[in-house]
This record gives sequence, structure tokens and C-alpha cells, in this order.
Amino acid sequence: MSKSENIIELIDVKKVYDGDTVAVEKFNLQVKKGEFVTFLGPSGCGKTTTLRMIAGFELPTSGQILLNGEDISNLPPNKRPVNTVFQKYALFPHLNVYENIAFGLRLKKVEATFRNDAGDTYTKKIKLTKGEIDKKVKKALEIVDLEGFEKRSVSTLSGGQQQRIAIARAIVNEPEILLLDEPLGALDLKMRKEMQIELKNMHKRLGITFIYVTHDQEEALTMSDKIVVINDGDIQQIGTPTEIYNEPVNTFVADFIGESNIFNGTVVGKLKVKFCGATFDCLDDYEINQLVDVVVRPEDIKICPVGEGQLKGKVISSVFKGVHYEITVGIGKFEITIQSTQNAPVGGNIGMRIEPDGIHLMQKVYTVNKYDGVITRTNAVQFGDGEFECDVTQLYKGSHLDEEGYLITAQGEKIDLSGVAVNVEVDTHDILMTDEKEKGGAQGNIISMIYKGDHYRYIVRTEENEEDYVLSCPDLWNTGDLVGIIIPKDKIKLSLKPVEGDNVK
Amino acid sequence: MKKVWHICWLALILLFIYVPVLVLAVYSFTDASMVGGNISGFSFENYLNLFKNEDLRSMIFGTLLLAVVCAVIATALATLGAIGSFYSKKLPKTLLHNANQIPVVNADIVTGFSICILLIVILRVNKDTYIPLGLGHVVLCAPFVYLSILPKLKQMDNSLYEAALDLGATPAQALFKVVIPQLIPGILSGFMLAVTLSLDDYFITTYTKPSAFDTISTYVVNATKGSQTEIKTALWALSTLIFLIVVVIVVLMNVLSGRKKEARK
Amino acid sequence: MKKLRFNRSQLCIPYAVFLILFVIAPLVVILYYAFTNGEGQFTFKNFASFFSSTNTLGTLLESFALAIVTTIVCLLIAYPTAYILARSNFKKKYVLLLLFILPMWINFTLRITALKEVLSVIEGNISKYQFLNSVIGMTYDFLPFMILPLYTSLLKLDKSLLEAASDLGASKFTVFLRVTLPLSVPGIISGMTMVLLPSMTNYVVLDMLHNSTFIMGSLIGSYFNAYDWNNGSLISIVLLVIIFIVTLVTNRFSDEDSNSRGAVL
Repeated sequence: MSKSENIIELIDVKKVYDGDTVAVEKFNLQVKKGEFVTFLGPSGCGKTTTLRMIAGFELPTSGQILLNGEDISNLPPNKRPVNTVFQKYALFPHLNVYENIAFGLRLKKVEATFRNDAGDTYTKKIKLTKGEIDKKVKKALEIVDLEGFEKRSVSTLSGGQQQRIAIARAIVNEPEILLLDEPLGALDLKMRKEMQIELKNMHKRLGITFIYVTHDQEEALTMSDKIVVINDGDIQQIGTPTEIYNEPVNTFVADFIGESNIFNGTVVGKLKVKFCGATFDCLDDYEINQLVDVVVRPEDIKICPVGEGQLKGKVISSVFKGVHYEITVGIGKFEITIQSTQNAPVGGNIGMRIEPDGIHLMQKVYTVNKYDGVITRTNAVQFGDGEFECDVTQLYKGSHLDEEGYLITAQGEKIDLSGVAVNVEVDTHDILMTDEKEKGGAQGNIISMIYKGDHYRYIVRTEENEEDYVLSCPDLWNTGDLVGIIIPKDKIKLSLKPVEGDNVK
Repeated sequence: MKKVWHICWLALILLFIYVPVLVLAVYSFTDASMVGGNISGFSFENYLNLFKNEDLRSMIFGTLLLAVVCAVIATALATLGAIGSFYSKKLPKTLLHNANQIPVVNADIVTGFSICILLIVILRVNKDTYIPLGLGHVVLCAPFVYLSILPKLKQMDNSLYEAALDLGATPAQALFKVVIPQLIPGILSGFMLAVTLSLDDYFITTYTKPSAFDTISTYVVNATKGSQTEIKTALWALSTLIFLIVVVIVVLMNVLSGRKKEARK
Repeated sequence: MKKLRFNRSQLCIPYAVFLILFVIAPLVVILYYAFTNGEGQFTFKNFASFFSSTNTLGTLLESFALAIVTTIVCLLIAYPTAYILARSNFKKKYVLLLLFILPMWINFTLRITALKEVLSVIEGNISKYQFLNSVIGMTYDFLPFMILPLYTSLLKLDKSLLEAASDLGASKFTVFLRVTLPLSVPGIISGMTMVLLPSMTNYVVLDMLHNSTFIMGSLIGSYFNAYDWNNGSLISIVLLVIIFIVTLVTNRFSDEDSNSRGAVL
């Protein structure tokens, strides 16, 4: 890719706060001139931190930020040709509308060419003249449709008007990139919809690059050329709104963008997948017998008479949502959500059909949990901020423990295992959560949950070292709950770490 | 009925507060030599004395100059201190807060005495340089300025500073064009407070002042012990004058703030 | 090769240095002086003589007595006043409040002069009722400092709490005793400290009223006049300890915005 095409490029950008809190990890992104790029993700996912690094308010811990091919990673914000529209506008309360917009212009110096008495030309940095500033401010106010507001105090403006002034104040400096940090978050729904369209139009007219941060997926889908879905400081997927919606790469994206039914499925043949007790044709090619996540959008499920279609079930509830009905159907122990313009009576049986292009398969991200562990003196194992009882005899085939707790191998060798480093694997189904935190081998907060038709997939994160436990559980818990983690002794799979010497090249 | 009692109580307290000041005010316009003494006529003599007497004039001028100079220094120091501490990490912030709190809770007499010991007794700074006096007054005032600025910093939108940088301002420009203007109300009230504290001070002044210099407080205390009737009655005039100035300032500030509120509507 | 960036927290360095040099260092110095003699040798003698002399102990007790009586009198006068002011339906309550605290801006020595004149007219010979006059003088000086925090804390009181209390069957008196009074404790405490500490040290009021003084502050004054820095420092340290204890106790009750003199403006 040629350098001139990418206006901004982030290479392996990483941000760590206070030595150990990772806000952004290995961020790689290229943005083309004139693109409307949206960073989308839940709050605290690192999208605002990334934006602030581009603006210059934060310095990346490592990595590079290139603007037109030049490294600007350590440039202070006032030296960057980038302007920001702040979340709460950050208009200067002591200045009126005109002075707010003129603030950047008054500080700006441009190169001008002069001719001295001898006839030689020379360049000098000069400030903009009053007339020039005046003209630019007028034009910016025109762009945001607030002509005649120059003398108003910013505190007398409505939220929407303040928003426009904030935009005018940024674009008047003719930045190469406009950064918008959840700029519509403080507006009411109607105002927000209007501003979305207006921002989009403004982007077309100005022709500059917009980088937009939001947690509102609908906003992102409406406005962007390119969406960057971020979670936990990691980029999940980059793509156009259509790609992101239709071809989510993992269950996080599928769950976050739009509504979806997510199931565990198994590939049973060439382009055939089995889930919810039925076999479907699909378009994604995976190896036979591979476990996959299956995502089906509620609007891709068509209601048909019982007997037709691949599925049948009983209607549990139906809620009218204005344009469509949201119908929940029970299929055996699974639950499936359908959006349909046609209603179905609660309690009645219906058939359902899913076309191959409505079925999205994705590689399972989490099937087993893997940790680095250490065997303790009591032959338990420490990993993931916790300590669990385990069966250490699996480390050596045919071995057993003697009365003092030493391991006797099949060859009769006596081994003291305490302090030995091991790899630990635990299947997602084998982890249980408990309210009695003390009972668990480790404790953590539920940080994410996704419904998968007949069970939920939870991620529990410990406080100390932020270790994650991924687990499946049929019961409903709440995100944020503090839970104890229980793993049955026989479900912990241990293997010896290769001795360091083996790896030496 | 209850209301009447309320008004009576308030009136009684106001009487206690104002009778002495007002009695003095009335007598200041007469030629009486003591309160309760014979009044033979109306006179401006006391007020004229206030301006004619070289001693009195330079004392009043000196007090005002000291107050303004010290308040300016205290305001500058404390404003920067407050801004700096607001953006500091927790430990230095707490330390500064607590150090700032010492002169606030400490008795003025201890503050004055300790500064006197350090500067005059140990470091042998000459009293006549006014340095101990000036430093003492800044120590007295600055913590209160700091305290009146801090809430304004807390109220300020944190992204204003970043917005200024984003628009091309250097950190110094952002500070002077954006942050400090937001703090103006706090800085002003801190400055006013500093002036009044310095004007009212007796203890720090006594322990640090040059022997030939007097502020209103130290001068009045000496004068009440002396027997110069002319000076005593001139001080009545001074008291009345200050009272009137305070009334005018308070009324003006109320009218102004009233107008501001109107304008906002 | 991180570039050195301007850091806003560095702005507090001058103020921090200032506080260390002129607030903390002087206190360290008087601590040193309090435990040394004139030749600079370490000694407990100052300490011992303070607690063995009937003169100094008597002064300590007397200043406690005066301070406590003054504080109680101020509270008894200020509470009803602040209560009526905060509760009044008067549109511009603030103006009314200003009437009560306005004399604070007149130099206190001038106000005491006025009080003395009026008292001598009323009592004839003011030296007859020394203790009473001392209490009156201190009350006259410090009353505004008591009214202000009480007014602030009573004004903040949520009216719906009072309505809730009477809705639950409390009589007016019970409402006051069980709701209003407990909720105004922070105001009471901060008002009390602001009167208690100065009335232990402000000996000028007494000096002006009857040319003689008998409280802790006056001890520092007399040691200062006798160039006895060591004993003066010891008294200062005793006062500091008292202040420290009072602050510790009151910190548990105080809330931020009724902070001391700063609340005036």
C-alpha cells in the first residue's frame, strides 16, 4: 500500500496505565484519506484511549502513529493537524460563540511570502488577519447552520447548538482528521438522529477524514465507511458496516452488532452444520466434525407452517415492536428469537426455515481455558489467581502418590513435584460458578455473557492479575457479579512444561 | 405572633452589633472628646485630622499598600499552587493540602511568633527591610486564596485544557487563555479575602513589623493606651469611614451580582 | 527518548517551597526552641516550669474558662439567629445575612474601641466587671464567625426531611431536637472551633478593654517583649497541641464547604 493513500496509520500501538493496566493492545489500523471510520465497542474497551493517542493527549506506551507516513507518536496535541470534538463539547464558557470558533485561528501562524526593498522574497510566519479570521468563522457557522450566533454566550445555547459550535470550532482549523469522541452521547434520541445525518453530510462536503468513537452500534452502522469493532483493547474486526453485520468474525461481534441467536454447532458434512437438533445447509466451509459458533440474525428466520422448514417449535412469547413482532420460540431446550412482520399466536406450534445465507459459522474462540500453573506442596495446582485440587499422577503415566505426598513413577522413581511448572487446560463446560466466593478456588467478576440458545457463555475475570475463565452455564447470572470458581478435581488436565533446555536453539 | 418574636430577636442582635459602631459614627461628627461627653457642636475636625496628621496618613497608606502587595503575591503563589496540586498525583496533593491547612487552623499568634523566630532571631533578617512583615502576611493570606480556588478547579470541565491544546495552544497558552479565566471568580474572591485578612491582622504584624511602621491594628492598640485625644477621636472617624466603605462595597457587589443573574435570564 | 513535556503539576513547586520554608520550617524551629535553653542546650526545663508554675497554669485555666464561656455565649446567640435567617421567607436572605456579618470587615481593633466607649458609658467603670467584659468583647469580635457556618449548614438542610419527620408524627419541638439539631452539628462544630481557638489567643481584645491580659496569647506576648524566645516557643507548642487536638476532634464532624474564614466571601 502506498504511503500517500493512508492518512493515518497505527502500528502495534499499545497503551498501559500505571504499569499494569492494559488499555489498548497491539492496535494496527490504516485509515485512508477522506474515510469515515468508527471505533465501536462497549465502554472501557479502549476506543477512547486510542482516539486520545491520535489526538496527542496520551502517549502510546509502545508502537507508532504515522500521519502521512511521518511518525507523530510523541508530538504534543497542539502540533498535530488533528482536531477533536469532545464528548461534552468542552466549549470555553468565558468566550462567546465567535471567540470559541476563532480560538484556534488566533493561535495559528501561516507562512507568507514578502518582498523586501531590495526586491528579494522571503517567507515569514504571520498570524491571520482579522478579516481572514472573520471570514473563516462566518463560513464555519454557515456549515453548521448557526449563522448569526456569533455574539451569543455558549451557556445560552441548547445541547444541539453547543454540539454544532464544537464541530465548527474544530473544522474551522481545517484539520486533516476530525476526531469525534461520542459527540452525540449527550443529545436526546431525536436530536441524535438528526445530527447523525448532518454529520454524514458534513463529512461528504468537507472531504476530510473522520474518526468517530461510539458505543452505539446503530450509529456506527448508519454513518461509517469502515467500522473497527474493539473489545478489551483488542481489535475484533475491521470492515464496512455490511461486512460487520453480515459476516461477523466472532460471537462478540455478532452479539454486539445487531441482535442475534448464537448456538453451538458441529460441522457434519461439506457445507452442512448441525445445531438446535437439525441439520442446515450453510455457505461457510469448515472441516467436518469441527465445533463452531453459529450465528443467526432474528430477521433471517422465516415462519412457515409446521412440517415445512428445518425447525419446529412452540411460541413462548410475542411482543409487538412497531415494525415487526419479536417472537420467542422454544425448540426442545433451546430458545430462538425471531423478528417477523407476521405474528404467531403464543402457545401455538410453528415451523421455521433458515436459508443458507442466513447462517453464519465462526470458529470457536474459546473451547478450552489454558493457563500456566505451578504445583504446590500439597499437590494442588496454582493458576489463574487461584489454587485448585488436582490429580498430579496424570503427569507421569502409571505413577501414584506415596503416603508422604511424593510421586512415585511407574519406574519407581520418587519425585517432589512442588514448584514444578505445568500447563493447565480446563474445558469450558467443566467450570462452575458459585455464590459462595470462599468455596471457589479463585474468585472473579463476570465481565461478559452471551446467550447461546440453551445456555450462556460467561467470562469471569479475576481482580489480581486479570485472569479469565471462560465457561458455559445454563443459569442466568448478571454481569458484574462476584463469583467463586469451582473446577472438579478430575477435570483439570495437566501436562509438564517442556524443560527450558529443550528449547535452546 | 411567632414572626414578631423572630424580628425582635434579630433586632436585638443587630442592636448589639451596630450600636457601638453607630454611636462612634455619630460622635465622630462632633467636637466631643469622649463618648457620653459634652457635645457642643457639629464638626468635621476629626475627618480633617485624619488627612492632616502625617502619622495617621502614612499609617493608613502603609496598611493598604501592605495589604494589596501581599494579596497580589499570595494570590499568584496560591493560584499556581492550586492548579499544580489539582493535577498532581495523590501523595504530593495530600501533602500540599495538609501543609496549606496549617496556617488556616493555627492561631495567628503562633504563626507570627514562629516566623519571627525563624527570620528575625535565627536568620537575623533586618525587620526594617519589611521582608519578615511581607512574608508573614503572605503566609497568612495564601492558604485562603488556595482554598477559594480549589472548588473552581473541581467544577471545571477537564477537557477544556485539552480542547485548547487540540486547537493549537501551547500548554502555557492553554493555561492563561482557558484554565485561568475559568478560575477568575475564585481568584478574585481569594484576592479580596487576602486583602481583608491582611487589613485585619494584628498578631503577625506585631511580631514582624519594623519598629517605626504601624498598621491600623497596631496603631489603634497603641493609641488606646495613649492619651492623645486628638488621635483617639480621629480614629472614630477612621472607623466610620471604613464602615461606610464596606457598606458601599457590599451594596455594589450585590447590585452587580443581581444584574449578572438578570442578564443570564 | 521521550521528550520532556510540560507538566501542569510542576506549577505547585513554588508554593510548595514557600510552605516548607515559611510554614513548616518556623514550626520546626519553635519546637527546637521550646526544648532548649538560652545557650542552645537541650532541656525540659521550660516544659517543667510551665506545668509547675501557678502563674502559667492559672493562665491556661483562665483562658480555657474564657474561651469556653465565650463559645457557649456565641452559640446561644448565633444559633437562633442563623435559624431564623435560614428559615425566613425573605427573598434576599443573603442580604439579611450580610447585615450580620458586615462588621467583620471593619478592623477589629476599631470595633473594640467602639465597644469600649459604649461599655464605659453604660457601666461607668469597666474594670469592675472584667470577666464579663472580656466575654462581651470576645463575643462582639467573633460572633460573625459563629453565625456564618451555622447559617450555611441550616440552609443546606433538606426541607423534605423536616416534612417527613412531621409526617411521621413528630411535634415541632421533636422535629427540631431529632432532625434539625443533629443535622446542623457540622455547622455547630466548625463555628465552635472558629470561636474557641481565637478566644484563647486574641489577647489584644482584653488588652484594649482593660490594659491587662490573662490568656495564653498574652503569655507569648510578654515572653516576646522580654526576648525570651524559648519560653515563648513552649507556649506556642502548647497552643499547637491544643489546636491539633481540637482539629482532630472536629475533622470527624466537619464538612468541606463550611470551611472557616474562607466561607465569608
